[in-house]
Amino acid sequence: MYKKIMVPVDLAHVDKLARALDTAAKLAKLYNAPVTYVGVTSSAPGPLGHNPEEYAQKLSGFTATQASTHGIETDGKTVVSHDPAVDLDDALIKTASDTGCDLIVMATHIPNVADHIWPSNGGRLATHTNASVFLVRG
Amino acid sequence: MSDNSEPGIPAPEGPANLIDTEYEVGQDNISMSVGPFGLDIHNPVFAVSGLTIVAFVFITLAFQESAGAAFGDLRNWLTGTFDWFFLTAANIFVLLCLFLIFSPYGKVRIGGKDATPDYSYSGWFAMLFAAGMGIGLMFYGVSEPISHYSSSVADNAGTPESWAPLGGAAGNPAEATDLGMAATIFHWGLHPWAIYAIVALALALFAYNKGLPLTMRSVFYPIFGERVWGWTGHVIDILAVFATLFGLATSLGFGAEQANAGLNHIFGIPVSDVSKVVLIAAITGVALISVVAGLDAGVKRLSEINMVLAALLLVFVLLVGPTVAIFTGFFHNLYEYARYLPELSNPFGRTDDNFRQGWTSFYWAWWISWSPFVGMFIARVSRGRSVREFLTCVLIIPSLVSVFWMTVFGGTAISQLVNDGYQLVVDAPLELKLFAMLEALPLQQVTSFIAIVLVIVFFVTSSDSGSLVIDTITAGGKVDAPVPQRIFWATFEGLVAIALLLGGGLAALQAMAVSTGFPFTIVLLLACVAIIKGLHSEPR
Repeated sequence: MYKKIMVPVDLAHVDKLARALDTAAKLAKLYNAPVTYVGVTSSAPGPLGHNPEEYAQKLSGFTATQASTHGIETDGKTVVSHDPAVDLDDALIKTASDTGCDLIVMATHIPNVADHIWPSNGGRLATHTNASVFLVRG
Repeated sequence: MSDNSEPGIPAPEGPANLIDTEYEVGQDNISMSVGPFGLDIHNPVFAVSGLTIVAFVFITLAFQESAGAAFGDLRNWLTGTFDWFFLTAANIFVLLCLFLIFSPYGKVRIGGKDATPDYSYSGWFAMLFAAGMGIGLMFYGVSEPISHYSSSVADNAGTPESWAPLGGAAGNPAEATDLGMAATIFHWGLHPWAIYAIVALALALFAYNKGLPLTMRSVFYPIFGERVWGWTGHVIDILAVFATLFGLATSLGFGAEQANAGLNHIFGIPVSDVSKVVLIAAITGVALISVVAGLDAGVKRLSEINMVLAALLLVFVLLVGPTVAIFTGFFHNLYEYARYLPELSNPFGRTDDNFRQGWTSFYWAWWISWSPFVGMFIARVSRGRSVREFLTCVLIIPSLVSVFWMTVFGGTAISQLVNDGYQLVVDAPLELKLFAMLEALPLQQVTSFIAIVLVIVFFVTSSDSGSLVIDTITAGGKVDAPVPQRIFWATFEGLVAIALLLGGGLAALQAMAVSTGFPFTIVLLLACVAIIKGLHSEPR
């Protein structure tokens, strides 16, 4: 039913992603679909690397672990953004269409007041991409 | 997401020389939630900066007269006593920048040998101009050339009471015009841009090539080593936040007064606290929308709109003003600038104390106190440029634009005064001089309106880029801190401006902000050493 799965990941908070990662891996196995893990970073030095290359290395280490743990086919995509705090959604929407994925699995938080001000990432992705979106509560 | 940042790594970035430190960006940060909003802030820079700013506002409001006098005296003492220091330091910055353009270091690329530019030339240039000086050019483009011309041509030029540059040219309008334009261009040309360029280059180099966090303290790594992650660095960052916030908030307060005067002049909108507070709230509101929309969709777009408007106004004045005189004036003023530059920049053995200390030294302190903000913003958007390209675009081209702007606006005003005997450009209060000049040209309703819009949007572009810079510093160099933090700083800046406007104390705290130019001059001199050390270890 699904040919390609995209999973946006925040490498700084992998601990909060456990359920989403697990869900994605199980779906990947069920439909025999490869998983693309997407990380958005800026070109300025951050906690996950001095530059985008180091970030990309971390992401590829992460995807390799996912592949071996779950026995699935994976790859990683690093997206460099000028202003990741704001441009996250747009970066993910563009990547979703570039990779041609038809299912997005992502972790989400419990909705709170702030969601009335900023629409959730998952909601925007569902509105602006052709893929199905599966939001996983942590 | 902008067009030029493709998904994935665009290209191999090539060799660069990372600094080997155990420090991880954001390791001193505290992540927490305030209500529904997540925060990710540096401990203690965020809290100490915020509290110091609040404390200074309270002290200024509570002890208005003594605080005002104390801060004003401090600024005057610093710019008066250390004029030689400011002038010498600024000369060093210009010479270092020029040296770097022509030296082999010019080949070093910000972000690694194979890095590609984050922004196109137009977007990049619009942003650095809008953050750096746009607003000043609007206010001083007419008034400063007129001031220098008037003091130079006056009978008392050359006496100790005179404010004329280099002794002036009493009774000689032609010579006084040249001197007035040269002195103005001196204050808006190579020196201020060199000050910005030094800070920006140092920050860009240590963030994008050396891998240190994008915050002021990183520049000092070659000098203080691992100690920059401790209190030495905290103090530098806190001082940068302090200078930036007070610089922005006080000019926002004054800007509201000036914009109010302009609106009153054109539309008869009453000059009152209510109008000013509404203006500050509106400017802050648009700045908020801009920071929430982000660097590309907000800040960059507004800067580009402003560039187009400013260019339109410039071309209009050029066409309806003395067109031929302006074109020849550009080259003539450039020549006069070069001719007077050695004398004007000479720190020693001069007799024009009022001009040197009251104008030049004050300006240098002012530019330097703005430099952490403007420099850091320029650094953020300059990745992918070579040092040579960077300095050409941050030093040479903006200086030429300043010469052109001053020639068009100042030159037209002086010509109105000298050739047409139009006195209003002299008699009008400072904030209305630009409008007085436009009034003598056709379509003044339209041009004055464009001028007001430009003033307001330039304030917005200073306010939004300033909030981004303060947010990054107080998040320990993280550029992806949660959005509510930048909303906090933009709002805080507006509130400080309103408090100072209503309670009095704009002038006092602006004097305090300008006084930070003194410690930052030392900081910038150290940055020069750091730049050379940093560039030397880069692969060329």
